[in-house]
Amino acid sequence: MAKFGKKSNTSQDIPTAALPDIIFMLLFFFMVTTVLRETDILVKQMLPKAAQLSKLERKSLVSYIYIGEPKQSSIFGKEPKIQVNDVFVEVDEIVQFVNQEKDKLNEAERDQITMSLKVDVESKMGIVSDVQQELREANARKILYSSVQSIDI
Amino acid sequence: MARKNRPTAEIPNGSMADIAFLLLIFFLVTTTIANDKGIAMLLPPKPDPNQPPPEVTKNDRNIFKILANSQDKLLVEDEPLSDVFELREMVKSFILNFGSPGEEGVEIYNSLPSSMKAYSSSVRRSDYSDDPTEAVVSFKADRGTSYELYVQVLDQVNAAYNDVYGERVGISAAEFLQLDRDDPVQDKKYQAARQGIPRAISIAEPNKIAK
Repeated sequence: MAKFGKKSNTSQDIPTAALPDIIFMLLFFFMVTTVLRETDILVKQMLPKAAQLSKLERKSLVSYIYIGEPKQSSIFGKEPKIQVNDVFVEVDEIVQFVNQEKDKLNEAERDQITMSLKVDVESKMGIVSDVQQELREANARKILYSSVQSIDI
Repeated sequence: MARKNRPTAEIPNGSMADIAFLLLIFFLVTTTIANDKGIAMLLPPKPDPNQPPPEVTKNDRNIFKILANSQDKLLVEDEPLSDVFELREMVKSFILNFGSPGEEGVEIYNSLPSSMKAYSSSVRRSDYSDDPTEAVVSFKADRGTSYELYVQVLDQVNAAYNDVYGERVGISAAEFLQLDRDDPVQDKKYQAARQGIPRAISIAEPNKIAK
């Protein structure tokens, strides 16, 4: 048992001088990855679950369309509405929105614009297909049904 | 000019870690790591008003029809289906049916691994597709169909295709989705899996009437 009784003379202090550096490193990581949300989402967003998801390749080419029941249903009613940027739009304004988004891109990349449809699960297909028809009209044919990864694959 | 006892100019840095921690926690809380994933689709080009809509010349058995009504009931190949998760297997056997393959179809059949050939002959039906180049999955939803069901059906059909693609190169559907096309080795695998079998999913416009 003598082995355990031995006292060593080594000091047991953990050097903390580098601690701020480590924390700063973490801090910078999170500062760089943080994207502050630009838009307030005004509709309910329970995304559907699906297993076969593909990732978006280029974020700069993506625009978002939100569809769902308004959160403030006392003001806007219970029917699902379409939101782009910060405002509700009607179906026939989507072409205009797509063209605005296309104008932000390079000439060469305009056809590759991807519309990410963030649709609440409780919405019906009617409004979604109306939006799709408008997207065809606006020649923004790449779409993505945004969904959450389900566990079973 | 001898100056002595100059006080040392030192900034106390003991609390530096605390300040950094505070900032760190702030960014930790505000960070939402982007989770942009979803089912990718390509919409058909807008119809040309000068041209009449193209006639459907495909053989009926080459089209796998899925209908969904406003009560979220499914009609698959003219028969009701209660469990949406059965679709995956049905679509897979539909694609790999090789009922009466054309020239290209024979080529694809010969390139398949033996497990898939065995699978194909074990499930063969006369009312399923001639070969994968001809097979089309058609999905038509009503305006009243819930979006949830719509995504589930699309997911199942995509899963069936990914199963087929993955199995061709000996990986699972999930691994097939993970293939990174920027990497030449993985891109080659991707191309080999996709070669000859188009992901033919046709989304029909919903009916105008909803109840």
